[in-house]
Parts: sequence; C-alpha cells; structure tokens
Amino acid sequence: MDWPALTLSLQLAAATTLLLLPLAILLARPLAWSRFAGKGLVEALVALPLVLPPTVLGFYLLLALGEHSAPGRLYHALTGRTLVFSFDGLLLASLVFNLPFAVQPIQRAFDAIPRGSREAAWCCGLSAWRTLWRVELPLAWPGLLSAIVLTFAHTLGEFGVVLMVGGNIAGETRTVAISIYDRVQSFDESGAAAMSALLVAISFAAIGTLNVLTRRIGRDGHDRV
Amino acid sequence: MATIAAGLSVTLRQRKPVPLECTLDCAPGELLALVGPSGSGKSTVLRCIAGLHRPSQGRVECGRASWLDRERGIALLPQHRRVGMVFQNYSLLPHLSAQDNVALALWQLPPGQRAAQAREWLARVHLHGLERQFPAQLSGGQQQRVALARALARTMTVTDEPAVLLLDEPFSAVDQVTRRKLQQELARLRRELSIPIVLVTHDLDEARMLADRMVLLHHGVSLQSGPPEEVMTRPANAAIAHLVGLGNLFEGIVGGPDANGKLVLEWLGRRLEVARNPGFAQGDKVNWVIPPEGILLHRSDRPSRGEAENPVSGRVVDCVVLGPYTQIMLRPESDQGKLPLTFSVPTHVAQRNRVAVGSVARITLLAQAIHLMRWEDSGRGERR
Repeated sequence: MDWPALTLSLQLAAATTLLLLPLAILLARPLAWSRFAGKGLVEALVALPLVLPPTVLGFYLLLALGEHSAPGRLYHALTGRTLVFSFDGLLLASLVFNLPFAVQPIQRAFDAIPRGSREAAWCCGLSAWRTLWRVELPLAWPGLLSAIVLTFAHTLGEFGVVLMVGGNIAGETRTVAISIYDRVQSFDESGAAAMSALLVAISFAAIGTLNVLTRRIGRDGHDRV
Repeated sequence: MATIAAGLSVTLRQRKPVPLECTLDCAPGELLALVGPSGSGKSTVLRCIAGLHRPSQGRVECGRASWLDRERGIALLPQHRRVGMVFQNYSLLPHLSAQDNVALALWQLPPGQRAAQAREWLARVHLHGLERQFPAQLSGGQQQRVALARALARTMTVTDEPAVLLLDEPFSAVDQVTRRKLQQELARLRRELSIPIVLVTHDLDEARMLADRMVLLHHGVSLQSGPPEEVMTRPANAAIAHLVGLGNLFEGIVGGPDANGKLVLEWLGRRLEVARNPGFAQGDKVNWVIPPEGILLHRSDRPSRGEAENPVSGRVVDCVVLGPYTQIMLRPESDQGKLPLTFSVPTHVAQRNRVAVGSVARITLLAQAIHLMRWEDSGRGERR
C-alpha cells in the first residue's frame, strides 16, 4: 500500500473541494439567474472538461502553466517554484478539470429555487449577503452536497491530467491513481488490487453518504418548494 | 405598535415589458384595492412599489421618503423600503418553520427578542401552537396567515420609518370558506393598522367588501379611482362600465325637465326620471347604466297604477335560477331591437310572482340608480 500517495490524493481532493466550492457558487449563481451576452459560451467552457480527453486537457494545462507561460513565470517570480510537476500546479489543474462537476449541480440547485423565495427575503429586508446565507445556500444544499462529493471523488480518481501536468514525483505529484498504474507496470498486482479496492470503498462511501444526506433533506421537507 | 402616519403616492410609466400608465394614492390606514382583469398589470404595479420591478419612468413616495424617482436617479432596493409583502403564492421559505419565517422579517431586533416577537405575530393571526410547523405541513389558509404575520412583522419592527403593506391576491389560492374567514380577519385586523395597505385583486366583490377606495386598472392604465361603491355604480365611461360588470348599458337623450323640475332621460320613447345630472344639457346624447340592484320587480298580484318610479313593463326573455337568487332578463315593450335589462331577485320572489320565460313583468328603474355618462360610439361593440 502506497500511503504517501493516498495522503497526497486526499490532500489534493480536500484542497480542490475547499477552493472550488466558493468559486463554483460565484459562477453558478449568475448562470442560473441572470441573462447576459455570452452565457452560452461560458456554460460550454465550463462543460468542456467533461468531454475533452484528459490528455488533451492536460496538454493545454501543461502549456498554460509551463515555465515559459505567463502564469508559470509569475508564479516562479513570486515563490521560486514551478507550477508544472508540483503540487501547486496539480491543484490548479485539478480546479480546472473539476469545474463542471462543481458548477453544474450547484447551477441546477440555484435554478430550482423559486424567484419568490429570494424576493420574499429581500422584502423582509435581508441584504443580498444575508439572503445568500439564510435562503439561497440552505435551499441549494442538495446541489452543494452533490458538488462536494463529485469533486472529491473525481479528484481521487483523475489520472490523465495528473500525469500530464504533475508527472509522477513521489510525495509531490504521485497520486493514488498514478501509484496504481505504477504497481501494474511493475507487476505488483496485489499492491494495485489493495489500492484499487480502497478507492472503490472510498468512492462508494462518498456516494452512499450523499444519497443518505439528500434523502434526509427531502424527508424533512427542506427541499420541497 | 404606532407607526408614523405616512401616505403612499405612486406614479408609474413604462412601455415594456408590461405597458404601465398608473397613478395611485393611499392614505395612512387606508385600504386601497387595485382591481383589474388578469394581465392588467396589477401585480407589476405592486412590484414597482416593493422595488422588485423598476419601471422606466415614475415616482414612488412613502411619506417624506422617496423610494423611486427615475428623474432624480433614485431607486431604492426592496431591502431599503419598509414593505410588508404577502405574495400570491405566499413565498414562504420551505426550509424554515412558521416561526422562523416570521423571525426572518425581525432580523433588525436583538437575536434574543426575535423568537418571542415572531410567536406574538403568529398568535395575532391565530396560529398559536403551529410555530414549529414547516410550510409544507400547513394548510393553504395557515400558510397565508404566516405570510401575513411575516409582512406585518416587517412593517412594524422599526416604527419611525414609513411603511406599507402590500397584498398580492392573498385570497386567490384558498377555498371559499377559508377565503371568507381570512377576509373577515383582514377587515378586523386592518382597523388596528395605521399604514397604507394596497390589495391587488381581480375580484370586484372582494374590493367592495374590504377596500375604502379602489383603482381600476386595465392594460396597465389606471382608469378610475374612488370608493368601490362609486366606481362600480357610477363608472366614468362605457368601457369602465363593462370592466366592473355593468351589463345594463344603454343609449339615450337628455330631455327637458319634467313637471317637478327633475331631469328626464328619453329612452325608447319613454321618459325616465333621473336623480343626478353630472352636467349634461338638454338634447345631449348619453350612455347610461343602471346596476342590477337599481331595478325592482313589481308584485304581480298588486299591479301599480302608474305612480311607481320609472315603471317599465316587458317580456321576460330569460330566467336563470342561481341558488337563492334568480337572474331575469326583461325586454321592454316597444323595444326597437335593443338589449334587455338584466336584474336579480330572490328566488322565492321570482316564484311567488310566477316569473317565467315569456311572461310579462313590470319593473321600476330607480331614478337614484340611473347613471349618465358621456356618449361613446364604441360602447356597444365591446359588450361580452
């Protein structure tokens, strides 16, 4: 069992989820409620990682974050580190390839909130910020939960993009998925089997928890509108 | 609970998305009904007052506070207007209990006071004991009460700011028994309120029962305002007569005064006495209406000998029993192909007088009830 790889994967998944959630909320609200020029384009861009081969996405991220790219140089100037083949770059890539998994469920959840609920809050004198916390997020909770679980589970399992952007550096960019591939390459089938089984268990537990939590919300009448 | 007395004054104008050309005023403590058929823009006017819709032109003033003034670039957010709003479908927040829904409007109070205040408001709308229920567990009538309690809580928390209560068809989603009960409660409750109340409704009877004054709205244009009784019995023109459901709309010519000096209306060769002349001269062509309650049926066993007020005899062309009331259509004798008069009598009266299709009946057109209007050519064609 490659424990450092598992720890790294869990760290990456937790960091991705934590950073992506507010970002996705910020992006999903206008997509659900506003009409603006280029909305279709933004939605398409958000969905792109769903259909793009991971290697293609990884290739472009490699170019975009590389030493000769503007973000890469800026990051190097600020921290003295490179973005590619590092945990930081991996995290950045992870935020990009998880975008649809976080944004889409949240957008659907915001979409389902009746306009009247927000208007009622405004007419009660609640500011936009208070309305977000007291009305919008509680009502969008099932969507937020889906986004959290999907992002977390998907980060644990991503292979192509991680390999392209992060490579295979133990303790820095070698995730569980990469480690499993390594074991198979070196004919360590039992090691690969153990780690695969662990990933299956974690994913299964995540989806199960999601289902139980969403069903409880439904039973309390919380998401009924 | 005293709130400073401040009236509401609204002028709105826009072309899109819904055309609006509306003026209304509502005094402190007054209940103003905004009445019109569906699609007439009533809800949009209410949303403009609440700040949920921004018209391209207009002003909304509540007391000395300017909530909207497009010319001066003022357009306060709904949060900054002290508006208690009861939405048509109530818009209760499904994830909050009845008490928390009301407490939401009390967020300006210290946290310790909110729950107690919310319970007090719920008790005022007779929901004691249901504080912990979620909206989905409440009946339609109970939901409406929670919405009303929430709106009242919002308008009454800070009492030194001008406030209004807005009710958007609040009784349309409940059954009739509940509706009657809620209407009575509102009639009782409003006596304790000293803020302007605007009630949107398409129900003329509701306006008549609850409102001090009404504004009639059609295609976004405010056509006439005044006490409901006045708008519904003395419409300004034929189009308004149609909108308030006055079917007895006819044409006539103002005649000279009769022997007693009373104004006379010439109609189908008859001379009808009219009690009120809004300023027409002899020979003027007019439209005139008479509300059904201004028509009285004579007793068949004791025919009047001509001394009755404006007697008209004719043949019954239609007779429909509508429960306790019977609707009668009478075509006056010597009719020149004109429309019949429609009126209602208690069903037992219709039976005792043997009113049936084809029978002859005599009626009185009360001089007090006849209302003269400026003649308009289009008056006839719009009849539905």
